[in-house]
This record gives sequence, C-alpha cells and structure tokens, in this order.
Amino acid sequence: MPYLEVRELEKTYVTPRDATHVLGGVNLAIEEREFVAVVGYSGSGKTTLVSLIAGLIPSDAGEIVLDGAPVTEPGPERGIVFQQYSLLPWMTVYENVALAVDAVNPGLPGADRRRLTEEFIALVNLTPAAWKRPRQLSGGMRQRVAVARGFAMRPKLLLMDEPFSAVDALTRTTLQDELLRIWNEHRSTVILITNDVDEAILLADRIYPMTPGPGAVLGPAIEVGLPRPRRRRHMSLEPAYQKARQAIVEFLRAARTNR
Amino acid sequence: MTTARLQKFVLPLLGLIGVLVVWTALSQTVAPDLPSPAKTWNESRRYVLEPFFKDGEMNQGILRLAFYSLVRVAKGFLLALAIGTPLGFLLGLSRPFHAAFDPIVQFLRPISPLAWLPLGLVIFQKSEPAAVFTIALCAMWPTVINTAVGVRSISQDYLNVGRVLKLSRAKMLAKIIVPATLPYVFTGYRLSLGLAWLVIVAAEMLTGTPGVGGFLWQEYNSLVYSHIILSVATIGAVGLLLDRLMGLVEARVKSS
Repeated sequence: MPYLEVRELEKTYVTPRDATHVLGGVNLAIEEREFVAVVGYSGSGKTTLVSLIAGLIPSDAGEIVLDGAPVTEPGPERGIVFQQYSLLPWMTVYENVALAVDAVNPGLPGADRRRLTEEFIALVNLTPAAWKRPRQLSGGMRQRVAVARGFAMRPKLLLMDEPFSAVDALTRTTLQDELLRIWNEHRSTVILITNDVDEAILLADRIYPMTPGPGAVLGPAIEVGLPRPRRRRHMSLEPAYQKARQAIVEFLRAARTNR
Repeated sequence: MTTARLQKFVLPLLGLIGVLVVWTALSQTVAPDLPSPAKTWNESRRYVLEPFFKDGEMNQGILRLAFYSLVRVAKGFLLALAIGTPLGFLLGLSRPFHAAFDPIVQFLRPISPLAWLPLGLVIFQKSEPAAVFTIALCAMWPTVINTAVGVRSISQDYLNVGRVLKLSRAKMLAKIIVPATLPYVFTGYRLSLGLAWLVIVAAEMLTGTPGVGGFLWQEYNSLVYSHIILSVATIGAVGLLLDRLMGLVEARVKSS
C-alpha cells in the first residue's frame, strides 16, 4: 500500500443557487519521500484537492489514507504551504515559525524549541530578518517564511499549493532552487500543486496532470527520469526533460480540447 | 505663503471667525438672552484662567469640573469595556450565543441614556453609581458590535493555519483570534469613549453631580447663560481631545 493513497475523491460545492462539480474521482498514490507534482490549468480544482488532503474541507466521496490512517480532519502531519503565504501579520518571522515548532513539539524544552526555530529560519536564509514582521518583507521572503513554517511542522506529507505563483519570475527561480536544496537535505514527502510545467519537472519525481474542471480528474502519472541532485543549468536540454515536458503538455492540451 | 499652510492654519481660523461673527449677530438680533462672545469671555475668564480653583461644590475652575467628569467617564468607560469586550467575543465566536443574545443587544442598543438613568437611580439609590451605570450601558455597544464583527471577519486563511497546527482552543484565541480582532476592538473602544463622553452631560444634568454637565445645568438654573457656553465649549474640546488620543492608540494597534 502506498504511503499516501487518494481514491475516487469527489467534491461538489453547493450554493443555494447552483452546484459546482469540482473533482470527479481523483486517484493518486505517493510513496514515502517522494516528490510529486500536480499540474493543471488555473481553476481546475487543484486548491480543492489540497484542501481535501489537508482535511480543511470534507469530501463528498472517496477516501484519503496517509500512512495507514484515514484523513478526517486537519493536522500538522499534513503541513501546508499556502498560496497566499497565510503568515500571521501580527507575528514576526521567528514567531510565525515558532508557532509551528511549538505546536508539533509540545514536550520539548524551550531551549531546544528555540534552536529548532532558528534552524528552520536559517534553512530559508532568513536569519537576518527573523525579527521583522511579514509586512516588512518582500513577497519572496514571505513565501520563504511560509516554506520554513511548512517544514517546521515536520510533516509526514508537505502540501504546497502553488507556493511560488505570487512572486515575480526571477524570485520564483531562486525559490525553486532553494526548495530543491532543502528537499535534498530533508527528503520529505511532498505534493506540489502548480500551473508551471517547468517548475514541476525541475522539482518532482512524478507528475500528475489534472484535467480542467468541472469534474476534474488526474491523468496517468508521468515519471521525470532526471537524476538527483538536480541542477537547473542545462537541464532543459536533456532528453528526459523534453520527454516529460512533451507528455504533460500533450495531455493537458488534449484534455482541454476533449471537453 | 504656501497653500498647505493656508489650508492648515488660515482657513480654520477664518471658519472660527465666521462662527464668532454669526454668534455675535445672533446675540444682538434674534436672541437677546444669548451672551455675546465678549460677554461670555468676561464672565468665564476666572474659570478658564484659574482652571483649578474651588469655591464650592458647583463653583469650581473649568478643568477641575472637567476632571470630575473625566473620572466618571473613565469608570463608566472601563466598565463598558470590561463587559463589552468579552460579550463581543462571545457573540462573534458562538453561534448559539449569538442567536440567543444578538436580538437583545439590538433591542437595548438604541435606548437613550435619559431612559437608563432613572432605572440606575432606582437600582443603586445613589447618583454616582447610577451615572456610571448609565455611561457603561450606553457606551458599550460599539465595543460589543465591533468586536463581534471583527471575530466574524477573521480571514479563513489565519484560522486554517491554526487548524492545521491543531492549536488548542486557548492558543487559538491567544495567538490568532484575539490579535486578528484587535484592530476592530480598538475602533469599538474609540467609538465607545465618544459615546461615554456624550452620555456624561445627560447623566450629570439629571443627577446634579459636580462636573461639566452638572455645572452647565446649575448655571442654566441660575440664569448665568455665559457659563452654559463655557461648558459647551469645554465639552467639545475635551471630547475632541479624547477622540484624538484614542485615535492614536487605535492607529498604534493597527500598525503593530
């Protein structure tokens, strides 16, 4: 049985006026320490999928099993890096990360928790900004705090919901490289949601393309045959890269025209 | 002279002169009993220039009187916050509580201080606690309502952070709900303070306690009309000052 298994997951948002069928039977399987990306057009239901796996919203059908336990409610073992950072603006960088460290290590002595917090801040190179509030940081720095907080939860599964979509292209490149480095050090199990095919190939072991909604489903997973540790330079010239890219783009294009 | 200085100093001064002109004109034409600005100043001079003198219970310098009123307002205001803040949080946090008590809040909110005061006198038998009771009851509603609205408008994103981290109820309150609501709470406090000061005059007039409002009413009964104007001006000035001070506190909370 895979580490995380999502079976026939369905979700419909019902309002008094109408109902939107967002997910129509999503299947997904991830092994431990695997980095998986879900790629799809904006509005196809990717954030809904993340919210369901996180347990933030209930599903209508199907099941989610992580490490043998069915998911019924949110919990820090499924950490999230939210799309809009969701940092608490009244807390400093340190306090935002410490909130997560304290929440998942309640028994640990204060000194150890402080050390852990500092480590996670250092992991994303924000030590000089530790006592600043999110308002004083650039978009890229804020997202790094969110990444640090996500890893600080020491999750079994880290969910990243379009983490770099709100930052400019240059910053995005830096953040992707940083994430690549952090993941190489930590090797956590990650689901990355993105609409950026190149980002998915750079970071993930396998990529699930998502059909556009309504009733979105995931296509067959595409293996990224690139060796690790990966480097961005020259990567796009490798045959494995181009093969993966072509497979994803073709699937997404076909899924759109077949609607 | 720059237009900025013109806007900031000259135009307000012109406005003030305009008011004084209209006031003088009124006192010399349609309202002969209304003291003119000059007469008001002559008869009030001692109260302003020796603001802390005390000749008797009701005959005191204007700042001393204002101080009595401020102490009374502070008591009522603090009582209003002590009751209103938790009440607002409960209304915002608990649906059953909201369903049970929101109609009562909406019902009590528009009741005038003039209506509460006699009831306060009946309950407490003394004028001082009755006045404080009235101020608190009238002033607490903006705090209650703003706090409740603030709790309800906390971004789901912040709450989700708490849910993912499985924060305890107490931590959720201390780390997320209260800080996220604070700007709303302080807007409520500022509005409540304004109301408390508004109520003080009515409370003092009806109870005859020493203070700006009590003084105003006594001088009306003794036909010293210039002191009414002195009191009115003092009430306005103190009210403005309170609002500005609370505005500073509010801005501080919002920017932190």
